[in-house]
Amino acid sequence: MTVRTAELVAAILLALASIGLMVKSAELNIGWVQGSGPGAGAWPFWLSAGMLVSCVLIVIRWFLRITPESRSEEIFINGSAVRIVGLSVAALIFLLGATHFIGMYFAIIFFLIFFLRVMGGHSWMTTAAITVATPVVIFGFFEWALKQPLPKGLSEPLFYPIYDLMY
Amino acid sequence: METVIDPLIGGLIEAMHPINLTMMIIGCIVGLFVGALPGLGSVNGVAILLPVTFLVPPNAAIIFLASIYYGAMYGGAVSSITLGIPGASTAVATVFDGRPLAMKGQGDLAMIAAASASFIGGTLSVLLFTFIAPPLADFALIFGPTEEFALMVLAFATFIGLGGDDIPKTIFSILIGFVLAAVGLDIISGRPRLIFFDISGFYHGINFLVLAIGIYGIGEMLWTLETTQGKVIVQSVKTSLRSIGRNLRRLTPVIGPTVFSSLLGFFVGMLPAAGATPGSLMAYGLTKTFSRDPSSFGKGNPAGVAAPEAANNAASTGSMLPMLTLGIPGSPTTAILLGGMVIWGLRPGPLLFVQHPDFVWGLIGSLYMANLFTVIVNIALIPVFARVLTVPFTILAPIIFILCVVGGYAPSLSMHDVWLMLLFGVVAYALRKLNYPVAPAVLAIVLGPLAERSLRQSLLGSRGDPTVFLTHPISAGILACALALILVPVVRSMISKSRKSARTEA
Repeated sequence: MTVRTAELVAAILLALASIGLMVKSAELNIGWVQGSGPGAGAWPFWLSAGMLVSCVLIVIRWFLRITPESRSEEIFINGSAVRIVGLSVAALIFLLGATHFIGMYFAIIFFLIFFLRVMGGHSWMTTAAITVATPVVIFGFFEWALKQPLPKGLSEPLFYPIYDLMY
Repeated sequence: METVIDPLIGGLIEAMHPINLTMMIIGCIVGLFVGALPGLGSVNGVAILLPVTFLVPPNAAIIFLASIYYGAMYGGAVSSITLGIPGASTAVATVFDGRPLAMKGQGDLAMIAAASASFIGGTLSVLLFTFIAPPLADFALIFGPTEEFALMVLAFATFIGLGGDDIPKTIFSILIGFVLAAVGLDIISGRPRLIFFDISGFYHGINFLVLAIGIYGIGEMLWTLETTQGKVIVQSVKTSLRSIGRNLRRLTPVIGPTVFSSLLGFFVGMLPAAGATPGSLMAYGLTKTFSRDPSSFGKGNPAGVAAPEAANNAASTGSMLPMLTLGIPGSPTTAILLGGMVIWGLRPGPLLFVQHPDFVWGLIGSLYMANLFTVIVNIALIPVFARVLTVPFTILAPIIFILCVVGGYAPSLSMHDVWLMLLFGVVAYALRKLNYPVAPAVLAIVLGPLAERSLRQSLLGSRGDPTVFLTHPISAGILACALALILVPVVRSMISKSRKSARTEA
């Protein structure tokens, strides 16, 4: 996909999103409410309408080839970038998804092993050191200092002994 | 005069309070490294680390974040000089002459020039700040919702007039930020609004941090992972006390441009759309133009390092001026600080000076001290930087990703927000590749609730008559400035067209 194509696709997607927001805002009153001023939906409705107008302008400028992006025939995202960015995003999706099941701490451990060892190609020593230190520091900061528990999912029972020590 | 000295002394004492002092020291050091690491600037550091501040009182929290902001301005020069890639966008202009100096083996001169210019820029701008802020806040006390709304229009008009990005894309970015801020319960009627797909997580609205960390944490890391695949070469820099003294003497001719750049940076920094990056580039350009020997720039002229560094530090202080006095942030970083103030339970704006003087003056006092502290630490840490900067990005990136995830979870304790943050990060990364500016969206989501409330209150007061914004003299004046700013690009394109046609005729 060239940058030129990507520019048009993005503008169309954003225009559709703007229309969606307008429809969603119109579920509330977008007119004047006697005694309390503009209705609850008016502000987001007119803002979304403005977004739609911007998108239409972007598309018009695309046809006229005004912006540098609408003239560029370069590749929007090349193979190696797709690989590194795609893998990172996939790893992040795994990190968040796994948090719901095995909790954030264990998800972080798997995430770090994947990122450091598989993607980064670092030694097992480096990987192990960072993989152990990161959740320990985060636990110390959030659970111990801030008293803010992070999600633990199925791994909750494993933390009972630590809770006993803390409280 | 006395009206400033007394609270300033109080502020310095407040800043010396052990917890504030500790947070300042940690903040400066963190900021130096955040600034020095390529791909991370002040805005990324402040966005990712804001959740950390829930541990301490608001005074210490703002001092911590402001110190990060400050430290990052110093730190940005480090990688510009040693790696030849700017540590943050604010240090782009520092590469032009900093890198050639390092290649010639004069990296120490470049580093000392950067540090001392940053110190001068920081000190002059804090002095200006101390004297301008109280009267400005005093004046702003008479502002009602109408004037507040006009100020917001002016703030966003600067993005259109001076931002330099594609205008429809800039407008889109502003508007989507406002719409995202409108999600959740309507502030006036209390009705649920924009609850997409009936997901209950949207009822508590979209916290600005979710967008800020998404853009400046996740999105920025994806961007940096893509761009820094290649290896970087570190130019080592050695310093000793004797070389510091010798280098400082070599810098005396640079004092003039440094002072000029500091003043320029301060005033450019106040504008929401301008800030430290354009401020430093302008300072570099003007210093070069007015220099006796413009051809030496780009080949290793110390003035080319001092000018942008003085300007970016001064701009960071300048951007705090509208944030504290008017409640309008002067940069994306201060937008996040402003959002933080709301989380800590403070209401930004002129009333801060009246209701929370210890907060405001404690911050100002800490700026004086942070400036002094950072210049010392910066020079002392020069040997350490070279080692830290060689840490591969594949180690740094996953740790920052984890900080983002944990930081996105902490403010609301909801995984819904973390998923949303990831979505924003990926979308921001893709849109950034198409040159959509992201800073306006961050400012808009922070200012969104205030903008909507002031607009609706104004209209309610005037019974729906929009001319209320023109009949109030202050608001009319502010809107006239905004209109002039919006017309800047129109006039500019007309001039360039007429020149082009004149050329084709000739």
